[in-house]
Amino acid sequence: MKRKNPILALLAILCLALAFAACGGDDDSSSGGGGGSSSGSGGGSSETAGNEIQKVDGADGKSITVGSKNFTEQFILGEIYSQALEAAGFKVNKQLNLGSELIAYKALQNGKVDAYPEYTGTALTSFFGVKTADVPRDAEKAYEDTKKGFAEKDITALAPTPFENTYRLGMTKKKAEEIGNPTKISDLSDKASDLSISGFPECKQRQDCLLGVQDAYGLKFKKFVTSEQKYQVLDSGAADVAFIFTTDGDLASGKYAILDDDKKFFPPYNITFAIRNEALDKLGPEGQKVIEDVQKPLTEKVMQELNARVDVDKQKPEEVAKAYLQSAGFIPKS
Amino acid sequence: MLGLSYVPVLAQLGEDFFQNREGAAEKCPGNNGLCLGWIADNFGDYVDPLWEHVLLSIVPLAIGFLIATGLALFAHRYRILAPFFLFFVGTLFTIPSIAFYLILLNITGRGFTTAVVVLTAYTQVLIYRNVMTGLQEVPREAVDVAEGMGLTRRQILWRVEFPLALPAIFAGLRIAASSTVGIAGFAFFAGAGGLGGEIFADPAFKGNVVTASVLMILLAAVLELIVLTIQRVCTPWERAVAS
Amino acid sequence: MTPVFAALGPFGDAIDFIFQQRESQAGTVKVGGLGEIWELSWTHIQLSVAATVIATLIALPLGLWLGHIGRYQFLATSTSNIGRAVPALGLIVFFIAFLGVGFVNVCLALVLLAIPPIITNTYVGIRGVDRETVDAARGNGLTGMQIAGRVELPLALPTIMGGIRIALVSVIATATVAPLANVDTLGRPIVSPNVYGTAGQLAACIVVALLTFAADALLAAVQRAVTPRGIKIQANPGRSRGRLSLSSPKRSVQST
Repeated sequence: MKRKNPILALLAILCLALAFAACGGDDDSSSGGGGGSSSGSGGGSSETAGNEIQKVDGADGKSITVGSKNFTEQFILGEIYSQALEAAGFKVNKQLNLGSELIAYKALQNGKVDAYPEYTGTALTSFFGVKTADVPRDAEKAYEDTKKGFAEKDITALAPTPFENTYRLGMTKKKAEEIGNPTKISDLSDKASDLSISGFPECKQRQDCLLGVQDAYGLKFKKFVTSEQKYQVLDSGAADVAFIFTTDGDLASGKYAILDDDKKFFPPYNITFAIRNEALDKLGPEGQKVIEDVQKPLTEKVMQELNARVDVDKQKPEEVAKAYLQSAGFIPKS
Repeated sequence: MLGLSYVPVLAQLGEDFFQNREGAAEKCPGNNGLCLGWIADNFGDYVDPLWEHVLLSIVPLAIGFLIATGLALFAHRYRILAPFFLFFVGTLFTIPSIAFYLILLNITGRGFTTAVVVLTAYTQVLIYRNVMTGLQEVPREAVDVAEGMGLTRRQILWRVEFPLALPAIFAGLRIAASSTVGIAGFAFFAGAGGLGGEIFADPAFKGNVVTASVLMILLAAVLELIVLTIQRVCTPWERAVAS
Repeated sequence: MTPVFAALGPFGDAIDFIFQQRESQAGTVKVGGLGEIWELSWTHIQLSVAATVIATLIALPLGLWLGHIGRYQFLATSTSNIGRAVPALGLIVFFIAFLGVGFVNVCLALVLLAIPPIITNTYVGIRGVDRETVDAARGNGLTGMQIAGRVELPLALPTIMGGIRIALVSVIATATVAPLANVDTLGRPIVSPNVYGTAGQLAACIVVALLTFAADALLAAVQRAVTPRGIKIQANPGRSRGRLSLSSPKRSVQST
């Protein structure tokens, strides 16, 4: 008899812990978008009045599926476009986190999703078979080529974003000082053989990543360190240089030196909202304008800030997207 | 060229849109540390994955128990089948979980069902073996007495052998419970979410990894305690020794 | 017919990946083919065997001692219970986060994963040795150590091998995640489908499964080989008491 009690007591405590977790869940959802606490409260109420997304006539009942690839920036963009279309009265089905670009493209082609944001450079090299070296380095031209490529598959690539999220090489400012403050990748030509470089797993074998850089700049790095967490690896010293993205949230801390791509090796990577033609018809010209307007403020600096809110501040992409739309006046502050 | 046409619109996002992140990489949660404060604030985000994980653990356990017990009772009666059944369930267990999820994905699609099929398969060998052993270990004398009293074969099975095998059966169930919770940690490969998916979403963030892992361990502990309690209720004649 | 072919589709592509090199999805690099599969498999095998051997060296003596003195049963049980529940992915990721990447770190994590089943089975195996046999040995004047080494261990060996088998299988399965720590095992194509494609991903899964079967079969054969004949006869399905005892007393004390 005595034996049962301690066991039941422990059971009760553990059940209480789980119940507490459930209560914690309610608290969080009610406090809602508390994430963007210091964002855009002074966003200028009078100027933004004109920005608010109006309900599109005939949007009622029309549903559209928006997808995204599987990293932070894509989640944020997917949320931004989805929430904007919802504000315009459409019913939006979110299918974010589809996977890598090939999976997302396949989903787009077979109708599993109606649209998703893709990078011009990625589309050209991964979908349309353009070699990295042949991709036009002019952002407008790259977009035109991308648009043509998608058009052949009955997909429309809407106007590109102001920001581009392309590769650069980066290192901690401390490390940069150590090796004489390089400002561009060419500055590494004599030092590369002593430096280890880190990148995501596929980078080692991709022509638009490590292999191409080494060829274009005539460099040979000492060692390639595979890592998903590029900034951690830089901070811990496990790698000297890393492949970074220009809109990475961690760059907002100012701790890192970014090397300029002086030989223009890396292709342009602007985002374009790739949408199936029949879905575009559903949106109509007004729906299309919503998409093109909502991405106008997205400069590199803004995108960095949004990414930082998710990656550094650990906020949810949904909240961050909402805060952005509110700050820019697209949706009313609730 | 692309930037210039958008300059007027930029004015809407005031400078206060941009937070000063100097030093953010040294504090929680920017430093990806344990961040207990962050965990306390965001615990609610783990509830949905936890619930998914609970379902992913309990459903395969229940279904698996019924199937494995059925198989074992069958093999207990028709002894010739025993080695074949054992080989079959043993082989299922050998398939590595990630591989099993991905292979089955191509056949049954992404989602909860696929994960449940895989997890149920993994419970089989653990429960089957214990049910078989439990039935075998029933003392000969007890069965003889029952036969002497005139009970039929079926009555002997359900009134004598099965109850006496319960401790072993429950032991198998407990092992299967914690094993299932652990393997459900990879269920996100099959598109079924769960706490493993939370770990994979931000593996560098220690606070996240620890929270999800601890929740899994707690879940396993709770399940085991529940099974233990049921065992104690069902076998009042035995002092259920934690085997 | 058609559903079978459709199901064979991705598998057919995967099998082709194993044998033939092809261009990677995103670049000009060649992936696949027997050479690469073998390289990845070899790293996978090295990692798994290393982890299992180290785990055995730690867990076996510990379980042997605990089983022999017969106390702290709770310790053996709790280790195995918690060990089963700890998410393998969480453990590896945890180690990466706190210790960094590399072969040694991943190996350590896998060792931790492999210890619980070995300890449990060693403990249960030793405890399962017929008490009469042990008493007879003690009566013949053998010391504690000698009993543990010459009587209990050989009799418990089949169960212990069973534990090592479970451990090895779990380790091989978990070593699939090692690429996250910069160690290129067969998990590489699974974690990087961008380069290897879904065909590569599936191919790696098939090879890992085959590897696991082979390892399990190998250890099963070893397990059978170390089971003394007397026990094999006893342990067959039948109304046996399921205990590890020998058929005739005089065998128990005959040391090699």
